[in-house]
Amino acid sequence: MLELIKQPWHWSVAGVLIGLTVPLLLILGNKNFGISANLRHICAACFPGNVPFFKYNWKKEIWNLFFAVGIIIGGFLAMHFLHDPAQVKVAPALASSLAENGINDYSELVPTQLFNWDNLLTVKGLFFMVIGGFLVGFGTRYAGGCTSGHAISGLANLQWPSLVATICFMVGGFISANLIVPYLLKL
Amino acid sequence: MSAVASKNTVEFKEEVNQSDFEVRSLDTQCVNASQKEVPLYYNIKYLFAGIFFGVILVKSEVISWFRIQEMFRLQSFHMYGVIGTAVVVGIFSIFLIKKLKIKTIHGEDIEFYDKKFTKGQIYGGLIFGLGWAITGACPGPLFAQLGSGVTVIAVTILSALAGTWVYGKFREKLPN
Repeated sequence: MLELIKQPWHWSVAGVLIGLTVPLLLILGNKNFGISANLRHICAACFPGNVPFFKYNWKKEIWNLFFAVGIIIGGFLAMHFLHDPAQVKVAPALASSLAENGINDYSELVPTQLFNWDNLLTVKGLFFMVIGGFLVGFGTRYAGGCTSGHAISGLANLQWPSLVATICFMVGGFISANLIVPYLLKL
Repeated sequence: MSAVASKNTVEFKEEVNQSDFEVRSLDTQCVNASQKEVPLYYNIKYLFAGIFFGVILVKSEVISWFRIQEMFRLQSFHMYGVIGTAVVVGIFSIFLIKKLKIKTIHGEDIEFYDKKFTKGQIYGGLIFGLGWAITGACPGPLFAQLGSGVTVIAVTILSALAGTWVYGKFREKLPN
């Protein structure tokens, strides 16, 4: 059983469990599944400045921060107790295109050849770790949610603005992954 | 007289709570819809829900930068399968909650709010999409990546916080 759990999970298993997170949070206490709002709560708690957008009772949303800390712990537990030492399997087309840019280490889910402390102060590292993160933080808040808030819980509640947001996430991602990331990898 | 005064106070309190709810729910899909005041330790259950979710994100390889590239390069069905199944399960769950009028474990009615359309869902959505393909992670997976031991992702999270802050600062000047 443990061996089975240690292997990468099939998309249907993951999809069902992620989908069930929506009713789980509702039934536990009327909470809407969403993660990017945490970034706003942290701003509101730590450096609200004089910005009206960060002046609200963030303590009312503290459950969301507990959830985020849980995700960090979950990531730790999965990696330390349920880790599959096998190489990450990647589509051959992706592997060959990445190999041209010197990425050939598939021992981790996150390519450590891109994401590491030594790379941080290079132009490439600046794009992948700093500018990418900035766009995620700015874009999710401007859009009012991320994959969890819009694409999963928004769509689950049949909210058409969430469908618009989800389509835009995908369009942005297609443009970026096909037209921008290949150039960033060559830096 | 005192009954009237206390009634007014209650109304005033509700108004304050309501306006705080409005500020909290600005540009935020996920809000705490519960009206209950609960002690801090009640939130421990969300810590466990987060652990459950974090383990799923890692084991289903949703936190993998490679999986995100495959999705946007149309080289694998995996991520479409994960998100598609999650949406279907979510739709069915919310349908059942509404239909059967399921309450929270504390006996409160489960409430749903309709989301207003703003231009931000287009512009912000596109900007997030650009970033998502670069970092290979949306906010949930960023936290899980950090937990899984890629410490440098702390910088990406700080950068995302900076992005959120800059948005908040210039919110009024952006098309909404």
